[in-house]
Amino acid sequence: MRKQSPKGGRSLAAIYLTSALLLLAGVVLAVCAGKYPLSPAESLRILLNGLLGRDSGYPLMTQNVVMGLRLPRILGSVLVGAALSISGAAYQSSFKNPLVSPDLLGISSGACIGAAAAILLSLPTAGISLFAFLGGIAAVTLTMSIPVLIGNRSNVVLVLSGVIVGAAMSSILGFIKYIADPETQLASITYWSMGSFAYVTLGELMILLPVLLVPTVVLLLLSWWIDVLSMGETEARALGANVNLVRGITIACATLLTAGSVCIAGTIGWVGLIVPHFGRMLTDPSNRRLMPLCGLLGGLFMLAVDTLTRTIGVTEMPVSILTGVIGAPFYCWLLFRQRRSLG
Amino acid sequence: MIYRISGLVYTYPTAAGKKVLDGVSLTVAAGEVLTLLGRNGAGKSTLLSCMLGLLRPQAGELLLTGRSIGAMSAREIAATVGYVPQFHLPGFDYTVLDFVVMGCASRIGFFSRPGRREREDAEAALEELHISHLRDRPYTRISGGERQQAIIARTIVSRPQALLFDEPTAHLDFGNQMRVLRCIKALAAKGYAVVMTTHNPDHALLLGGRAALLDGCGRLGSGRTEEIVTQRMLSDMYGADIRLEHVASIGRKVAVYPSL
Repeated sequence: MRKQSPKGGRSLAAIYLTSALLLLAGVVLAVCAGKYPLSPAESLRILLNGLLGRDSGYPLMTQNVVMGLRLPRILGSVLVGAALSISGAAYQSSFKNPLVSPDLLGISSGACIGAAAAILLSLPTAGISLFAFLGGIAAVTLTMSIPVLIGNRSNVVLVLSGVIVGAAMSSILGFIKYIADPETQLASITYWSMGSFAYVTLGELMILLPVLLVPTVVLLLLSWWIDVLSMGETEARALGANVNLVRGITIACATLLTAGSVCIAGTIGWVGLIVPHFGRMLTDPSNRRLMPLCGLLGGLFMLAVDTLTRTIGVTEMPVSILTGVIGAPFYCWLLFRQRRSLG
Repeated sequence: MIYRISGLVYTYPTAAGKKVLDGVSLTVAAGEVLTLLGRNGAGKSTLLSCMLGLLRPQAGELLLTGRSIGAMSAREIAATVGYVPQFHLPGFDYTVLDFVVMGCASRIGFFSRPGRREREDAEAALEELHISHLRDRPYTRISGGERQQAIIARTIVSRPQALLFDEPTAHLDFGNQMRVLRCIKALAAKGYAVVMTTHNPDHALLLGGRAALLDGCGRLGSGRTEEIVTQRMLSDMYGADIRLEHVASIGRKVAVYPSL
């Protein structure tokens, strides 16, 4: 039996391996880069010793920069990039719509409002992620119900519905900022709504790790059924799929991933749209192969963007500036490719 | 009998009491082709949806292999009936093989995925429809006729007992229409119970077998094709002058318009 071959005869294993190696190399490079540049050998030594809890003999400040600042940030960006990309692939398949992503469906903003409300109520990290999830679920429910209400389920209407929900959500967020305590709460809410990895801590990552890992595992297990779902509701039902169950679990898991990402780094646009498409170009749309690849490529993409934002300017640039510069023209190209199936 | 339908009534919830199907009775046996004719909006697709368990009729009985379809799960129905939709709008460019493997869904567990056996079954189905060479091509980038073959392959991969075709010739060129009809005839000869809707009465004549006619008021008449598809019934149903002419050179009756 011949192995399934992805596009252009490249083997799937080679694509995975290359992406994984690039990601590893990216992590090492990102440890090196910054205001205190280090050589790859130095950063590896500090990293490995630090992970084993040993003193590497380098100045304490250098060790702190690597272990306390750069490592959490790097892990955070890789996790968020992977989570948003897998989440984007799941939304695109379950809505049979290549033009959507967590941010374009308004789900990121919904999760952001949940998180902001939790900050307003001074809840701990677990409470913030729960509220972020509830906000995301509320947003996706709204976005899904507008096309049903107006009786038009085309791809464009779903995207417009996401625009409407996103706009409503940013008004609510504005109101939350307006009533937030400017001394203690406003700054952190603003940070969430801008998207940044500057204040990621290892402790917080450890708490949020299950919120990202569990839905990822569930989505990977369901990946083939998500393919069936992408045939559209009637066909999926005629093929014997339990459409409501598969779609319910898929959307819940994708929303958890989005909410978890928002809890780590706030709202970051475009990643969840771009990476799944790029993955499909490298392999094919089968989620069994696409979702793991999205994890690797999304981590790599987010890591590269975050490392650039903290190294190219004198002061740090918000991540969304760079993702937007890449994302907007990409969306334009995507619309061009999809022009026949619009409307 | 694969299908035994009696007294079926269906009204769309929004249609204020207008019965789309009003006391429809029909049987379909293994190895037979039933061509379903009727004007636009006469309820052909509605009847197919009921036969797939996608719509629940308000009254009447619909037995699939002797069991009431309402009591069967989506998986059980999918294992028994294959469905070839009228429009298939592709969302993503799956390979033809991946696309055909999806036909195995009714026997794949919830957190499971198809394995070697399903892939082999899919390859056998591709072989059977003579499209093995398309195996690794994206199914969005093959011709309309080839895609129709791929959808049929996806339908037969789970070895159902009945195949339902919703206007399988609607979007095909003249040559591909003939090829699909030939394929449908071959599938019936292999023992599938085939139901097909069409707007072209000549297709019913070509396939022979049995025909059923929805009259636009929800009533259905069925019988042997030559009894059902007559000049008078066609002219009444379509509200146009339609002739059945015997063409000596090909030795069969042909449905044609005499002129415009």
